[in-house]
Amino acid sequence: MTLKARVIPCLDVKDGRVVKGVNFLDLIDAGDPVESAKAYDAAGADELCFLDITASSDNRDTIFDVVARTADHCFMPLTVGGGVRQIADIRKLLLAGADKVSINSAAVKNPDFVAEAADKFGNQCIVVSIDAKKVSASGEDDRWEIFTHGGRQSTGIDAVEFAQRMVKLGAGELLVTSMDRDGTKSGYDIALTRTIADSVRVPVIASGGVGTLDDLVAGIRDGHATAVLAASIFHFGTYSIGEAKRYMAEHGIAMRLD
Amino acid sequence: MRVAIIDYGSGNLRSATKAFERAVREAGMTADIELTDRPDRVASADRIVLPGVGAYADCRRGLDAVDGMHAALTEAVEKAGRPFLGICVGMQLMSSRGLEKTTTKGFGWIKGDVVEMAPSDPTLKIPQIGWNTLDLHRPHPLFEGIRTGADGLHAYFVHSYHLAVENPEELVATTGYGGAMTAFVAKDNTAGAQFHPEKSQVLGLALITNFLRWKP
Repeated sequence: MTLKARVIPCLDVKDGRVVKGVNFLDLIDAGDPVESAKAYDAAGADELCFLDITASSDNRDTIFDVVARTADHCFMPLTVGGGVRQIADIRKLLLAGADKVSINSAAVKNPDFVAEAADKFGNQCIVVSIDAKKVSASGEDDRWEIFTHGGRQSTGIDAVEFAQRMVKLGAGELLVTSMDRDGTKSGYDIALTRTIADSVRVPVIASGGVGTLDDLVAGIRDGHATAVLAASIFHFGTYSIGEAKRYMAEHGIAMRLD
Repeated sequence: MRVAIIDYGSGNLRSATKAFERAVREAGMTADIELTDRPDRVASADRIVLPGVGAYADCRRGLDAVDGMHAALTEAVEKAGRPFLGICVGMQLMSSRGLEKTTTKGFGWIKGDVVEMAPSDPTLKIPQIGWNTLDLHRPHPLFEGIRTGADGLHAYFVHSYHLAVENPEELVATTGYGGAMTAFVAKDNTAGAQFHPEKSQVLGLALITNFLRWKP
């Protein structure tokens, strides 16, 4: 009777290979994103996310093959992001088998691209990925800005205003990553997640900084996100998807455990 | 048996095709799953699947842009009585009208309009994205052997609108999202799922298998 919170493992894919290995013992090839996807599917992940970090334009097409092979084997919702800049990129990903695409820097550079994409493919498959950093000093009211280039470049754009604008343009979901927390294992930036989640009508996915299962609980309970994304705690086998979901359920969050 | 999945430029058709192929394989059946944009192949198929994502009006326009497709559907589903399954917006198109963005006529198979969901709890997000359980209002062959209710299996939803069914007999299942939202409709040889069976793992494969065996 209730919509369940989602646990979404995210895989970084470069040139068609997983960058951070997955610690599943029974994987035939831990570097093959499709093998990892199958393992996450079997483990009960609620959705799967591929982030394509391929740098060379020569190898950009490798992600389409990865997505197609994943869709052949996994019957779970798949979001693909990284390098989505044109309508043609989205069409190719959806045709290959992605259910949603996430748009990051292209949304910052050209917000109308989000509107165009949502118009063409429907809001439900357009996720806008927001990379934000806290810019307020201690003692001031919290304020976050959009950063690009992996958190190195400031844009001066207020993160909450940007989030609201993206929803108005047609984003069906927001993936909110704290660039302060990403990779630190110190937990999500709960204030950032909650401030954005409370200011938009669409679902928010919390991202960046997960170190413990309590962080996942906090993302939903305190951050008001409806989904939690994590990479390394799952890849390195610190926790399994099943452990994470059971832990969240034990802490009062409605989860899908079938 | 030949199952036609209608390709009219909407949505993720690869996963639908693959899910049907897997259901056929696991059930030990023999069936050809054919993704097609040809009205003659739809008109002569044994079973028909209409997927669809995006906005109602866009899907209707996309379907009408394939010359002869609506006529083929009418022929196979209304006249010949072949089993039909609509998925997501493909299910919504079975309604009288869609009220998303503008008013669009549907096939008129299930009486009712497709309207924006208005959950009683204002903190619930729109669209509803994710896994929810189903409440069965009446038995239907497509749900045979599928555990429903609060402790039942989950289905994967992505939607902001739902079909407000006028005739309660045509409402098979709802899902709770700040009130009962339409999850599954059926009438005679037609059935439609608001959720995505092709993404719903255990529940989805069971439902697809039931559809392949369905003799309405």
